[in-house]
Amino acid sequence: MGSTTGIMGQVFDVQRFCLHDGRGIRTTVFLKGCPLSCVWCHNPESQARGPERVFRAARCIVCGSCVAACSRGALRLAGDGVAVATPVVDPSLCAVAGACAAACPSGATEILGRDVAVADLLAEVRRDVSVFDESGGGVTFSGGEPLLQAEFLEAMLLACRAAGIHTTVDTSGHAPWEVVERIASLADTFLFDVKHADDEAHREFTGVSNRLIISNLGRVAELSRRTGSPEVLVRVPVVAGVNDGREAVARLGELLAALDPRPAVDLLPYQPLGRSKYERMGRDQLLPGARAPSASELETMTELLRAAGLEVTIRGDRDAEVRAD
Amino acid sequence: MQRFEPTETASTPTSAAAGSAGALDAADVEAASPTMTARVARLRRESLAAVPTLSAERALLMTEFYAGEGGRTESAALLRARALAHVLEHKAVHVGEGELIVGERGPWPKATPTYPEVCCHSLEDLDTLNSREKTRYLVDDQVRTAYRDRVIPFWQGRNIRDWLFPAMTPEWRAAYEAGVFTEFMEQRAPGHTVLGDVIYRNGFTDLDREIQESLDGLDEVGDAGAWPRRQQLEAMRVALRAVVRYAERHAEAAEAMAAEAADPERAEELRRIAVVCRRVPAERPRTFHEAIQYYWFVHLGVIIELNTWDAFSPGHLDQHLLPFYRQGLEHGTLSESSARELLQCLWIKFNNQPAPPKVGVTAEESGTYTDFALINTGGLTPGGDDGVSELSYLVLDVVEQMRLLQPSSCVLVSRKNPDRFLKQALRIVGTGFGQPSIFNHDAIVGELVRQGKSMEDARAGGASGCVEVGAFGKEAYILTGYFNLPKVLELALNDGVDPTTGSRLGPATGDARTMTSFDELFEAFRRQLAHFIEVKVRGSNVIERLYARHLPAPFLSLLIEDCIARGRDYHDGGPRYDTSYIQGVGLGTITDALTALRYHVFDQGHLGMSQLMDALGDDFRGHEALQARLRNRTPRYGNDDDYADSVMRRVFDAYFDAVDGRPNTRGGRYRINLLPTTAHVYFGSVTGATPDGRVARAPLSEGVSPVQGMDRKGPTAVFRSAAKIDHLRTGGTLLNQKLSPRLLEKDGDVDKLVALVRSYFRLDGHHVQFNVVDAETLRAAQEDPESHRDLIVRVAGYSDYFCDLGRELQDEIIARTEHGAM
Repeated sequence: MGSTTGIMGQVFDVQRFCLHDGRGIRTTVFLKGCPLSCVWCHNPESQARGPERVFRAARCIVCGSCVAACSRGALRLAGDGVAVATPVVDPSLCAVAGACAAACPSGATEILGRDVAVADLLAEVRRDVSVFDESGGGVTFSGGEPLLQAEFLEAMLLACRAAGIHTTVDTSGHAPWEVVERIASLADTFLFDVKHADDEAHREFTGVSNRLIISNLGRVAELSRRTGSPEVLVRVPVVAGVNDGREAVARLGELLAALDPRPAVDLLPYQPLGRSKYERMGRDQLLPGARAPSASELETMTELLRAAGLEVTIRGDRDAEVRAD
Repeated sequence: MQRFEPTETASTPTSAAAGSAGALDAADVEAASPTMTARVARLRRESLAAVPTLSAERALLMTEFYAGEGGRTESAALLRARALAHVLEHKAVHVGEGELIVGERGPWPKATPTYPEVCCHSLEDLDTLNSREKTRYLVDDQVRTAYRDRVIPFWQGRNIRDWLFPAMTPEWRAAYEAGVFTEFMEQRAPGHTVLGDVIYRNGFTDLDREIQESLDGLDEVGDAGAWPRRQQLEAMRVALRAVVRYAERHAEAAEAMAAEAADPERAEELRRIAVVCRRVPAERPRTFHEAIQYYWFVHLGVIIELNTWDAFSPGHLDQHLLPFYRQGLEHGTLSESSARELLQCLWIKFNNQPAPPKVGVTAEESGTYTDFALINTGGLTPGGDDGVSELSYLVLDVVEQMRLLQPSSCVLVSRKNPDRFLKQALRIVGTGFGQPSIFNHDAIVGELVRQGKSMEDARAGGASGCVEVGAFGKEAYILTGYFNLPKVLELALNDGVDPTTGSRLGPATGDARTMTSFDELFEAFRRQLAHFIEVKVRGSNVIERLYARHLPAPFLSLLIEDCIARGRDYHDGGPRYDTSYIQGVGLGTITDALTALRYHVFDQGHLGMSQLMDALGDDFRGHEALQARLRNRTPRYGNDDDYADSVMRRVFDAYFDAVDGRPNTRGGRYRINLLPTTAHVYFGSVTGATPDGRVARAPLSEGVSPVQGMDRKGPTAVFRSAAKIDHLRTGGTLLNQKLSPRLLEKDGDVDKLVALVRSYFRLDGHHVQFNVVDAETLRAAQEDPESHRDLIVRVAGYSDYFCDLGRELQDEIIARTEHGAM
């Protein structure tokens, strides 16, 4: 154990008081890097493996501290310097060294992604241990794709197990089986995302095939049946016009119902939260027209999945009283 | 002596709610439901529609009495008792149409009396009250004339307010005017107390017997203090009989109305009311109805005798009424629905009594109609058992159904109470009107025991006002005023000179620009703090004597244990316990300000003290980058950050050490608590820019909550930070949390909130209250107040109509971080 506590991971956020990433009140650790590039991704800052510079224009007070701090001259103040001016970065010169963020007084410029040691992250997570005790909560590893940092994740899961903290891994399932197996044998719960049952569509919207994902899902279910762990919950982000079609849903239902044990399914209606995040990162949203499913669309989907014999919740709500946002 | 009629309306013996207002209209019938009868729907509607007005009835009766026979009374105690008797004998008696619980403080609902012996309002005050935008009281010409011709000429120069300020030291007055502290007793009488169980065990005839025993025990030969005690006890007896007589007058009115009533059902009700009013308070109550009416007469007696802070409260209402409830059900004389209706009628009575009008600084520190009566539900029994019963849930139902500004309600939660009780309370919180607030009864017991109360007295205690603890029925716990912690830091940074006015307020503690360590700076702060606490305490010791000498409260004394046995007044050490509080304000702001100093100037060393002082002097104009850095790049209280939280703890300890344990003049001690009502806005308005990046005149943080918007790690981090306060060494702390309504949509989410509260309470957290209204709704209400008149929000230890709050306070509430689920 002692040797693993020094392992470093790349984390872009730690959020306490998460209520919808598994049982109880949880602390969610967001690990950086993802093999998928879902067009609706609401965490674009999670995709790249390394640290990234983000800029929130609304917070900028145009003091120029960042420009002065950058030793590579990657930044300049745009505009005529009189009216509205914001720092503009030249990506070819920026090494994401972070001097600009350190110098920024308002927090407009930030570097997302920090290297953190297992021991330090564990200490951070342990701060809410009494809340975990009261609520039956724990820690959730999300991302990004946490399996991309398997060594770090494994060390964290071991450390949490030793500390008696319940663990959940929120994964896209896109990783070599050996990695999935190692992690699945250490985590208490797997939140296994399935985005689309159709491989073609999956490639189109996420950039990768779903074959490995679906194969891993079956094997995790099998592992769970054999060893009683981890508990597996399938999560489906529902984006209108992308994966809520009758045919796609029927195939998904068929696929999931064939698993043994049959996993519970939680639908996560798409929420257009990510827009401002893309702006902060100076990126274009890949699916600017992404839309939340309507109440009736969600209802149809729920009914189809239930007809396939699956237990369905919407955002963790068992009453599944369908409401649109 | 010439007898004059106070006012036309006031002299009407029974003014039933005027004409059309009394009728049951179609809307009431429609509003009726299994949980609210048409009667209650109407009374509630009338209460909501009633406009607060100023009544000169009491002021005129007081004037009449003092100018006449009162002038011949041999002691202050008897004078006060006879004055109360005079008012109660001659004030209007109101038995409203459809009422089951009767009695109003003024001549009719929301007609609010004044207390010229405490504070004699000037004509300008009356004009202000009549015309101000917020917490307005209508003042008609009759009242104005009465004040001009009778009240002001008699009381000017002979009331507490006129005596108090000249009796203070110049240092006190200078600090008061600069906003270092406020003074609670300058226009309201000490009260801050809660009834125990005495009235459920004793009729006033029983208390009269106790008075006689105490009189019989006086040693009038050997004891030099015997005569004042005799006067006090005789006064209690006069007051007691006055309230019995007041109840009888209601019986007489009800009987007269019964004889005239067209509706035989109502006639029967009125006859029943008359029977109740002849029974209580004279004799021990036998039924649920009698117990509630008894409490209400006692409540009226207390708030007519004086304008006590926090009105008066029944304390553990569910526990006190439980035996009557169970017995009524058993005997078939009461049902759940009739009990519910009686409780609802009591709720409406509370709502009919707006706070006595406040002016000046007092209006600024407590700008609300709420008079802070607080119903406690749940918690422990005096014997230490789980105090939650079926009646506790019924009381919570009533809270939810009535949705009224008054009374405030809270739940006391002990580890011995079931989760489902807390869950039910949180579910009501989720409906979004700021009630009930949530207290840790185990912590309250710990706080009271630390102060020296017996375990049983501590458990019989609870919360009152905003968040204050007390041994119910046995303690006078007087809040003396708010204390502006950030202002003291401002003075420490300016060598004791107020930068706003240039005048010296505190001792010279050194030039901040030359200070070389955080410890040196903190020591300067600590010395200023000790100085102003001493100034404040010295003043309060005089004020306590003013009340003891001029305005004893014989009726209130009757109700608080040991006053009869000791033959001493509530204001003069009669109660078993006597505590004085100074309420610290701005803990978040001062923590962040000191943390910024420590971090940027002394630890990081990249900011010079002179540079910072210049920026503060310029209110950050031209220093925007520095201001942004101070705001955003400094460890902040409320984020479970040990760097900031350790500074908070140091401030807490300094404040505690400066106050706790000092003797007051009533045989008790000074203690601290941390709550602001609305003083954080007023204090902010008199405090310049602070090193946490706060601009001059902006509100301070409130209670023990983090600086508005600076808690960025969610509620668990806020709770962990707040739990680093040693709550058990306080007499109450106030923590406000704004939650997104989405957080309470699902049943399972409420369970998670239960866990959140439990984990805070496990760390000895004292209190938490939730505002469950989203910022969008609040902004919409600012834009369009007319359509949001009913929007009630949690302010600081109490709820208020959002549209009645000043713009600054509205903005401040919006700025408190709204925590959603991640």
